[in-house]
Amino acid sequence: MKNIWIVATNTFREAVRDRVLYNLVFFALLMMGAAIVVGQISIGIEQTVIVSLGLAAISVIGLFIAVFIGVGLVSKEMDKRTLYALLAKPLKRWEFLLGKYAGLVMTLAVNTAAMAVGLYAALWTVKQPLVESDAYVFVAVYLILLKLALIVALAMLFSCFTTPFLAILFTGGMYVAGVFAYDLRTIQGINLSATIVKLVRGISYLLPNFQNFNVTGAVAHGRGVPGSLVWHVTVYTVVYCAVVLAGASAVFARRNLK
Amino acid sequence: MSLENLSMQVESGEVFGFLGPNGAGKSTTIKLLMRLIFPTSGTARILGKSIEDVSTHQRIGYLPEQPYFYDYLTAGELLDYFARFHRLTANDRCVRVQRILRKVGLETAKKMQLRKYSKGMLQRVGMAQAILHEPEVVVLDEPMSGLDPLGRREVRDIILELKREGRTVLFSTHILSDAEMLCDRVGVIVGGKLRGVGTPGEMVGIQTQGMEILFEVQGAAKRFPLLDRATRTGERYRAQVSESELYGALDELRGAGARILSVAQIKPTLEDFFMHLVEADRAQASAVEVTGK
Amino acid sequence: MTRRAITGLCLTAALVFGLAAVWVLQNKIDGQRDAMHLEQDELLLRSGSTVKKLSLEYGPLMGAIYWTRAVQYYGEKHRLQERGLDLLWPLLDIATTLDPNLLVAYSFGSMFLSDAAPRGAGRPDLAVKLLERGIQANPEEWRLYQDLGNVYYFDAKNYSKAAAAYEEGSKNPHAFIWMKVMAAKIAGEGRSLDTSYFLWQQVYETSTNKDIRQNAEVHLRLLKVDLDLRTLDQFLDEYEKRTGKRAKRMSELVEAGLLKRIPSDSDGFPYVVGASGKAELNLNSPLLEEKVMNPS
Repeated sequence: MKNIWIVATNTFREAVRDRVLYNLVFFALLMMGAAIVVGQISIGIEQTVIVSLGLAAISVIGLFIAVFIGVGLVSKEMDKRTLYALLAKPLKRWEFLLGKYAGLVMTLAVNTAAMAVGLYAALWTVKQPLVESDAYVFVAVYLILLKLALIVALAMLFSCFTTPFLAILFTGGMYVAGVFAYDLRTIQGINLSATIVKLVRGISYLLPNFQNFNVTGAVAHGRGVPGSLVWHVTVYTVVYCAVVLAGASAVFARRNLK
Repeated sequence: MSLENLSMQVESGEVFGFLGPNGAGKSTTIKLLMRLIFPTSGTARILGKSIEDVSTHQRIGYLPEQPYFYDYLTAGELLDYFARFHRLTANDRCVRVQRILRKVGLETAKKMQLRKYSKGMLQRVGMAQAILHEPEVVVLDEPMSGLDPLGRREVRDIILELKREGRTVLFSTHILSDAEMLCDRVGVIVGGKLRGVGTPGEMVGIQTQGMEILFEVQGAAKRFPLLDRATRTGERYRAQVSESELYGALDELRGAGARILSVAQIKPTLEDFFMHLVEADRAQASAVEVTGK
Repeated sequence: MTRRAITGLCLTAALVFGLAAVWVLQNKIDGQRDAMHLEQDELLLRSGSTVKKLSLEYGPLMGAIYWTRAVQYYGEKHRLQERGLDLLWPLLDIATTLDPNLLVAYSFGSMFLSDAAPRGAGRPDLAVKLLERGIQANPEEWRLYQDLGNVYYFDAKNYSKAAAAYEEGSKNPHAFIWMKVMAAKIAGEGRSLDTSYFLWQQVYETSTNKDIRQNAEVHLRLLKVDLDLRTLDQFLDEYEKRTGKRAKRMSELVEAGLLKRIPSDSDGFPYVVGASGKAELNLNSPLLEEKVMNPS
């Protein structure tokens, strides 16, 4: 366990020095710009626009970091051979994998938290005072973080057995498929046989349902999110990530490094 | 690169050299040992334990071929990072990192990020991280590559010091002279096959290939037989004669008025030895082809 | 068993267990999200052409997905008996822009867009727009003309256009013969109970879409009531002609031999004679409420 922590802290240090967190500056500027522009539009929907825009930006920026850096976590080490000396240490391969994962998730957590603060600042400029229901924005950000954690796990899984380019493609594809998983579940049989419809429905349960993490619709209108939903989605993420990372560990354990 | 039926044993406390031309399979064997790649069949043990037991790595140090490390870290940070896996206390780590950097001559570059290091410097960092935790077994993959003669000398000194400390060293190289100077035994591998294990002298054979005479001829030379046998570079000539022919040749040169620059014994190089093995390989392969139709 | 095999087995078992847990959790999450009514009220991209561009080569697939969402949206609103089908048009607009050959979307869309609230969106103009696009993309589909005619007849109440639509559709050699007949009938007498009933019957019998059939059934039920009442009024008039006074109860008609027994509506409640002397629905019949809720 300690080994995982050692690798994780180093990964975090790498992300910081890699200037990954500079996106926060970009985000802050975006939010400030949005706040100014929104003030010019109509009164009454500023909250909706800022929250929707802010959450979307956090989600998209986080997505890019999760996919590109997530894939690079393992690929870069294999390509650049930095991994060789490391694996000669008393460190198991799966400990290495989990450590890299934890490091990136920590980075993303810091990132999204900082962006959430930025979002609040923007919200505060258009709406004072902030009320209790505005705290739900944090819940939305937390769910986005869960989503990113799942995407990083998928990125790592794919990067363990294909080239970085394909891994990015597969992860992106999985993301798109996952976004539409809910729709696939209720697919109407347009020229499709009943068995295919059943099969598609079944698969839709096992795909990562990314809509689970999306509560923008409620939060942007100041509506709340039930605690039980948050709890269930958290458990869902933990279980799903465990499955994916177990798969990644299994693949990586026997991978020949050139 | 595939290895064929490799079977080898390294004794505790000895310095074992793994010799072979490029692409012979030295790195492959070492990577198999370190579990970076997996064999199709077979087992290996280090310090009495199967290599599948990762905890043994506490007592093993490894320097990869052409090492590359996290370029955003400094040497001090990298060594500290690696040292953590060996569960050394923070204080211990600090002390050792200092000591080892001094030993490999990188003390001044301690605070510089690794991305600015030259190849030779990276090699030294690699050596440093391999021995920092005072391992019983040290595995070095081409430790001399990328180093200037001074650097090579330093590495040789380190290896000798490790031997004095009673540690086992396994290193791969294609430079015969290093192997001769350092190794108790060598294993020669060519084309994926282990050709033999023994002391350096045993492997190459003591037979010399004769003598080499370097001489100069001034003015319009009248021809003499040795001149025809010699190879010419500008004013200088180089001729090869067997030991028995030596004094006859020297007389010939003196008679022709040539100026003798040097007389030296030709020692077989590792390349000759390998070429011989490779030729033998090829001959065998074609023989097989013909008969196995 | 070797250690490797054991690890492999444990891993597989863990994976299977994990995926099963995922399945269960997903169900739970679905339930909770449905209760939150999130999806239905959101449609960030409303422009069909934008979505088409974003879909690259996958227009028909995306069209199918939007079509699915449209049906879902309708279903949710219907189930929860909520008013306002505002997103129906954008969803169908996008779906048919992405896949102009999505025939079922046109039929479904035209019906639920044009039908009066709360059954539909009450926008016959949008239904016409949708169908015209459908006809342009699928000129061989005479059923679209049938749908168009239905929209004009029932909701736009433009009988000349309705007749024209049926006429146009009847020109297709595969069209049912009644198209031509109806064209003439409507051109001649406009709206009539028999025509309405017939048209809905055609929809009910030829459609395979569950929602469409259900809606047609509702209309048929109510029209049946109207037809029955019309017939009963005829009997009441006959009774008045014979006896010189207006019957006060249905039983009187039975006694006079005009009816074998007191007729009931489709829910089993006997029709009654109203205060005005005309036949009416039984006050206890749920059809009464339905009729009030769904003015034709």
